[in-house]
Amino acid sequence: MAAIAVELRDVVKEFAEPEKKGEAFAAVNHVNLQINDGEFFSLLGPSGCGKTTSLRMIAGFELPTSGEVFIHGKAMGKTPPYQRPVNTVFQSYALFPHLTIFDNVAFGLQMKGVSQLEIKPRVQEALAMVRLPGYEKRKPKQLSGGQQQRVALARALVNRPEVLLLDEPLGALDLKLRKEMQLELKTLQREVGITFIYVTHDQEEALTMSDRIAVMNRGKLLQVGDSSGIYESPNCRFVADFIGDTNFITGKVHSRHGDTVSVELTSGVWVEAKSDQALNTGQSVTVAVRPEKMHIRSGTRLPNWFEGRVTNIVYIGTDTHYSVRLPGDQLVRVREQNDMPGYSRPLANEGDSVWVGFAVESARVLVE
Amino acid sequence: MSRRRSPWLTLSTILVYGFLYLPIVVLVVFAFNSSRQNVVFEGIVNRDACGPFYWFCRVFQNQDALDASVNTLKIALTSTVLSTLIGTMAALALQRHTFKLKLFAEASLYIPIVIPEIVMGIGILVLFNTVFRFVNTTFDLAPAQRLGLGLGTVIISHVAFSVPFVTLTVRTRLHSFDRAVEEAAADLGANAWTTFRRITLPLIMPGVLAGAMLAFTLSLDDFIITFFTNGPGSTTLPIYVYGLLRRTVTPEVNALSTMWILVVLAALVVSNRVQRRVA
Repeated sequence: MAAIAVELRDVVKEFAEPEKKGEAFAAVNHVNLQINDGEFFSLLGPSGCGKTTSLRMIAGFELPTSGEVFIHGKAMGKTPPYQRPVNTVFQSYALFPHLTIFDNVAFGLQMKGVSQLEIKPRVQEALAMVRLPGYEKRKPKQLSGGQQQRVALARALVNRPEVLLLDEPLGALDLKLRKEMQLELKTLQREVGITFIYVTHDQEEALTMSDRIAVMNRGKLLQVGDSSGIYESPNCRFVADFIGDTNFITGKVHSRHGDTVSVELTSGVWVEAKSDQALNTGQSVTVAVRPEKMHIRSGTRLPNWFEGRVTNIVYIGTDTHYSVRLPGDQLVRVREQNDMPGYSRPLANEGDSVWVGFAVESARVLVE
Repeated sequence: MSRRRSPWLTLSTILVYGFLYLPIVVLVVFAFNSSRQNVVFEGIVNRDACGPFYWFCRVFQNQDALDASVNTLKIALTSTVLSTLIGTMAALALQRHTFKLKLFAEASLYIPIVIPEIVMGIGILVLFNTVFRFVNTTFDLAPAQRLGLGLGTVIISHVAFSVPFVTLTVRTRLHSFDRAVEEAAADLGANAWTTFRRITLPLIMPGVLAGAMLAFTLSLDDFIITFFTNGPGSTTLPIYVYGLLRRTVTPEVNALSTMWILVVLAALVVSNRVQRRVA
């Protein structure tokens, strides 16, 4: 088992709300988290979910109201940022505008008291690593956003930190550059083998780059897992909704056999879905199914198949998206891949009555 | 595309520059007047070994004028350094911290700017007199040790009216300051003092220098407050010149003023150069 690089143990961070006198708002609410050595770990969630605050507590810019942050088993307590074995890449890059690129990258080494003789090759090595050799004498202002981003990365990595913290580092870049930098960051992380903790609100970015992802909302940690785990078996409605597209069908628990649960929908029909949570008969639940796991057929009587009416068709090349209204006025989206040989014709037309359905294994029961 | 410039614009330009600079030109020209009375220009003076610079030579032989010049410089330099230090620290505190009475501290900062100078001058004089009398009688000081008006009181009063100007200029600079660069420095291993010295101070330097320049010129040409707070041995140039005016205005005064204009111009050029290099 890999060693644990960073651990948050029952961490709470409260901020005073100036409007409500005396009342505190918990930005991070009893979070427990273990991040392994050498892992690319993402903290994912909408803005205000507490992911950046969590990162800032690891860096030491904020101190937890209660709980403890451990870095390589050492309790951080009130250790100031400049004594922690971590470095940060800031969202705004935060390069020193009055210093040259060389001095920016050399800053951390100078603070550590590394000899001038050693600083020069290490700075050059770091700039080569982010593919910016020969830029030493320039000022940050003379560089493009992507280049500044790389300098920020070099400035952090040159110190060989035990853990690198990245706070939405690609947020300010355009889409194309973002995609490039995503791959570059991932490759870089494999090369240097440093633990990366990456904060982002972009689910696609998190899925692409991470070994493991923690999904947060309103200060709480909802689910931790690898990309496919988070996507294929979300443990609550928020995670299912935040990551990718999901159809939600509401109903009540009818009966259960092992991990297969029968749910009676409001329209009176039954669906079967998987769950590993404890459920009571009659409990209100949501059945979540990804659009690409739903299919359109004409006429079948298998479980989880219903008759519905196509209300909208959108052709987007690789796929065609169908909106289908089920009995009980439930609207679901179905994504069919256009992978049949030859010219792909739509499976139905708007207004057609069709059969839509999904495998029992593709549906998950989520508690509201 | 060329548009004819409005003649009114040309006229107003000439008038504005005329009003601004003609008095200075006249002042400089009259420094070379051969008439002692200096009311009418009677031709260029040519006396002694100094020739047309006769009045300038006279200034250098005039111990009072030289003393006043030295005093003025001493006061201006000391009060600039002090008010820049205090003003910058005040700006940092007001921009970054919340504390009790912050609103009061902010508002009171503007008082020396808006209050009539003569009111502030009288106020400071009354304050000094009260404090000095109290100290002198309480400790029963010998006449030689008694506290009184002098260079010290002038410097303190100049610091008092310069600080708000420094604070305001530094605050405008801090307003656009990205705190993340300070966090970045801390993250890279710099403690609070190193962060201030290596990152914060260089970044706000243009504001600090502009504030210092303002404080320097304010101190250099202050008359009203200095008039109240100076004492024996602390006569400044404006006070000295005012004293001369009560008798006769000889071209010597013009020569003295001309030299001061050159000093201030030189200071302005240097500070502009430094500011451009820092920014």
